[in-house]
Amino acid sequence: MKKILIITSAFILVSILSVNQLQAQKVYATKTGQIFFNATGGLEKIAAVNNQVDSKFVDATGQIIFGVLIKGFKFQNQLMEDHFNENYMESTQFPKADFKGYILNIKEVNFTKDGVYPIQVEGALNIHGVSQKVSTKGTLSLKQGKASIEGEFSVKIKDYGIKGLYIGEKIANDAVIKLNCQY
Amino acid sequence: MLKLHSYLFILCILAMQINSQAQKIDLFAETGTPVTTDVTTSIFKTTRIVNGQSIENVGAGVLDFRILHRFGALSQGGYNFFGLDQATMRLGLDYGITKKLMIGIGRSTFEKQYDAFVKYKIVSQQVGEHNIPLSISYVGTSIYKSLKDLSLAYQPYTSDKFSFAHQILIARKFNDQFSLQITPTLLHYNIVENKTIPNDFYSLGIGFRQKISKRVNITTEYFYRYNKLDGYYDPLSVGVDIETGGHVFQLHVSNSTGMTERTFINETAGSWAKGDLRFGFNISRVFTLKKPKELRDIKW
Repeated sequence: MKKILIITSAFILVSILSVNQLQAQKVYATKTGQIFFNATGGLEKIAAVNNQVDSKFVDATGQIIFGVLIKGFKFQNQLMEDHFNENYMESTQFPKADFKGYILNIKEVNFTKDGVYPIQVEGALNIHGVSQKVSTKGTLSLKQGKASIEGEFSVKIKDYGIKGLYIGEKIANDAVIKLNCQY
Repeated sequence: MLKLHSYLFILCILAMQINSQAQKIDLFAETGTPVTTDVTTSIFKTTRIVNGQSIENVGAGVLDFRILHRFGALSQGGYNFFGLDQATMRLGLDYGITKKLMIGIGRSTFEKQYDAFVKYKIVSQQVGEHNIPLSISYVGTSIYKSLKDLSLAYQPYTSDKFSFAHQILIARKFNDQFSLQITPTLLHYNIVENKTIPNDFYSLGIGFRQKISKRVNITTEYFYRYNKLDGYYDPLSVGVDIETGGHVFQLHVSNSTGMTERTFINETAGSWAKGDLRFGFNISRVFTLKKPKELRDIKW
C-alpha cells in the first residue's frame, strides 16, 4: 500500500511537472490582427486593409501562423474590391491566404522582460493557392505580458499565379505588405 | 504484486500522454479559421443589367456617374445612318449611403424626364453560418416628365406628370460565370389618357449575366408585360459588359428608347421583328467620396 502511495505521488509530481512544461509553452493568439497592402502602380491608390487577421505563435518554439480571408480586405472603393476578388484573387476559389513559419531567433526574446526585440521570420506564404518561401525581418514587442508583432515585406504578385491586365501598370509588380498583430 | 505492476504501467502511460501533449503544440496542424459567412459578391458586373436595375449596389460612400446613350433605330435606314444620327441620353448620379442602401437621380433627354430612385438590399446571398440562396432588393423609382404636353385640353397638375415603378429584384449567382435575376415590377401612372387604360401595370423582368472572360460579360434582359399598353412591345436587350479598372462600359442592342422604368418597360415602341433595334451604351465611372472607416486611420 505504501508503494502505491509513493507511485501515486510520483505520478502527481510528474503530472505537475508536465503542466509546468505546458505553461512554459505559451501560445499567443489574436483574431483581430491588421494586415495592409499597397500595390499602387499609377496615380490611383490600390491599397487595402484587413482587420481580421487570425494569428498565433508559440514562445518556446517560435512557430508562427497567420490566416486571412481575402474577402475581408477593404478597399477605398467597392468596384476595386470587386475586381480584386473576382479578377485577381479569385476569392471564391481561393478564399484564404496564410503563412506558416518560424521566428528563427525566438531564443533571443526574453518573454519575462518588456522590450522591443528584432525578429527574423521565415516560412511559407500561401496566396491564391500558390505557396512561396518568404523570409523577413520584424519586431516583437512585449509590454506587461502582452505581445505584438510588426513586420513589413514585399511580394511579387506574379509569383503567386495572379494574372491581370493591369499588373505592372496601374497595379505595381510588387505589393508591399505591412502587418500589425496585438496578441 | 501483479496489481501494483499494472497500476504502475497505467500511471506511466498517463504521465507519458500528458507529457506528449505538453510537447506537441503544433500550430501548423491546426485547420485555421473556417469561412464563417461568405457573402456572394459580384452577382452582376454593375448596378444595371442593361436598362433595368440589377441586384448590385454601389459601395458605401461611392458616387457613380453614369452616362447612358441610345441611338436611333437601325430600321431608319441609310439616310439616318442606321440610327446613329439620332441620340437620346440620360445623365445620372448614384450614391451608396450604406452597403445596403443606395439612391440615384437622373435626367433624360427623352420626354425631358427627371427620375430618382432608392434601392435597398433586403437579403444577400451567402453561405456559411446562414445559407441564403438568393439576394433580394427593393427598388422604388419616381419619374417626372417635364416635357410640355401641348395636346392636353387642360392644364395638368404637377402630380399628373409623375409615374412610379416598384420592383423586387430576386437574383442568384449560380457560379462564377452565371447569374440570373427576376424582377416583378409594378408601374403606376398618376394619370392615363382615358378610363379604359388602367393606372397600374404589372410585368416580370428576367435578366442574366454570363461571364465570357474575367472582364467581359454577356447580358440579356427581357420584360414580360401582363397587361399591355396598346401599340407597345416587350423590351428585349442584349448587351456586353466590359470593365476596365474604374470604368464599366455596357454596349448593347435594344428595342427600347427610354431609359427610365416607365418608358423602357411599358413604352417600348420598337419591335425586334421590324428591325427597330437601337445601339446604345452605358458608361459608369466611380468616385470614392467617403473612405471606408477601416482605411481612414491608415497612413499610406
